Parts: sequence; structure tokens; C-alpha cells
Amino acid sequence: MVFPGTWSDRDCAHAVLDVLREPVRFVDHREQTVDGLDLVILPGGFSYGDYLRCGAIARFAPVMEAVTDFANRGGLVLGICNGFQILQEARLLPGALLRNASCEFRCEWVHLRVEQSNSAFTLDCRPGQVLRIPISHGEGNFFADAETLDALERNGQVVFRYCAADGRVSEASNPNGSLRNIAGISNTHGNVVGLMPHPERACEPLLGSEDGLVLFRSAIHALTRVAV
Amino acid sequence: MRYRAEIFVTLKPVVNDPAGLTIRGGLQALGFASVTEVRAGKYLVLTLDEADAGQARTRLDEMARQLLANAVIEDYRIELQPIGEPVAAGERPA
Repeated sequence: MVFPGTWSDRDCAHAVLDVLREPVRFVDHREQTVDGLDLVILPGGFSYGDYLRCGAIARFAPVMEAVTDFANRGGLVLGICNGFQILQEARLLPGALLRNASCEFRCEWVHLRVEQSNSAFTLDCRPGQVLRIPISHGEGNFFADAETLDALERNGQVVFRYCAADGRVSEASNPNGSLRNIAGISNTHGNVVGLMPHPERACEPLLGSEDGLVLFRSAIHALTRVAV
Repeated sequence: MRYRAEIFVTLKPVVNDPAGLTIRGGLQALGFASVTEVRAGKYLVLTLDEADAGQARTRLDEMARQLLANAVIEDYRIELQPIGEPVAAGERPA
């Protein structure tokens, strides 16, 4: 999906097309349908200038109605960074992302502990696996009320947590103040996942890490499994 | 009737406000030691034409719920005042 102000669409396409050799189509925000797609990616950026709130305007883009239908029918949807914010504004994922606790834009490598291997985007992971992937955001401070947080944990919807290189989760490994170190979550069915870190920027050794590829590979496996 | 609506969007009390904390730190650094709390929010001013104040409030509530505030993290308050009759299409204001 390409909204005005989306900036990571080319990087996502590079990961899927050039690295994984799967076809990619750029979908303009004014399109009315996502027919023919197996996987929808909402990439990072500053859609509509992040005016009002991050993702608040993109949520009403014409194409989002089709994305919402697609997600509700079980289609695979991955929201990265601003894409995660859009999915929350669209109520496809719970919670909200506040300004980083430091009030700083953080652009750095982080470690993520995979908490769930049953989402469509972590099928190829083992729980507890640590991924090294960069973040790049000013508003990634995950918030949900206590009741929602408990429901997320209970339903296994917490997919990634910020951690240290050895997988330990602590305040020191939390780059933005996210409650319970949450970096990424899924919906109850596991077909919609949102995360603040950028897996598409960690898909080749040249970039310093290939750990992000596992999300895209997992999605391909999820789709293949459904098709068989 | 034409109305002027002021909408104050604020973070819910349970939501941490890093911007507010930073502004408080700045004020205290300037010597305003009496400041114990700062909460930052958004201020929106709308002009709208509605039949009456009740109808205007209903519409503004819908706007706030659907777009202007995010109920997960924000509260809103609406102040409404009439500012005269709407200017009909084609008419020029005197």
C-alpha cells in the first residue's frame, strides 16, 4: 500500500521481489480493491504527514475499506511502523502508539524476542528466538489499557518484545517506553500483524542482518499451507 | 445557524504524556519551580452550519469519535458558540 508520505514501500518491495523472488504490486491509496493479492503490506513512513495522529487520515483512504475486508476474510496483512499505526487507527489491531518516552526519534538496531510462532508472520520462528532488526520511529510507544494488555497476553497476541541480545526482556532493552516491552502484536486470528521495527531493512547480509526475512518467509509458508 | 466550535483533545489521565513531562522539565529548568504537572494536547477550531446547538453538538460528537480523537488514548471536550446566520450561497458578506 502506498499512501502520500509512505517511504518504506520500495524497501519492502526489494525484500519480497529481489530477495525472495515473489511478485510485488504497488497499490495506490486511491484504489478500491486489493483483489488478486495474497499478502498486503502497509509500509512505514509518514502517511498524510502524520497530521492529527499517525495513521489517522490514512485509515480513511479509499483502499483501506478493501484492506479491512481482506483482513476480515483472513487475508494476510503486515503493518510495519506507520503501517502498524494505521492498522490500530483502523481498529484492525488493538491499542495505540504514543510518542516515545524519550521524546526522541530513535533510529537504531534492536533485538526482538519472538513470543508467538503461530501468527502468519512468525510460523518459521521458534518461540524465544531473538531477531536483530532496526527501528526508526518517533511514536512507537505501545499503549493499551490494562484489560486489553491482559487479553493480548492471554490470547497469545503479543508477537514480539524488545529484549537484550540474549533474549532477556528488561527496561534497559525498551527503546521507546512501550508497555510490557511490546514491539509487535497480532489480531486474534494471527493473520494481521503490526510491529514498529523494520524487518524489510534486515533482509540481506549487506544490511547487517537477514533476521527480518523470516517474517516474509513465514507469510509465504502460511499461504502455501492454506493453498495445499 | 453558524457555530464556532472549539475542541480540546487531551490524553486520558492514565496515559503517560512524554511531551508534557518534557515541557514541565523545561519550565522547571527556567526556574518555574511551582509547576508540578503539564499535560499537552490538541486544540481544534471548527466553523460549521447546523440547524441548532443540539444538532451541532451531535455532529461534533460524531466527528470527535470517528476522527478527531482516538478513544483508546484520548478524551475530548467541546465548547460551542453561535456566531450568526450562515452566508447563503452566492451572497457576498457586506
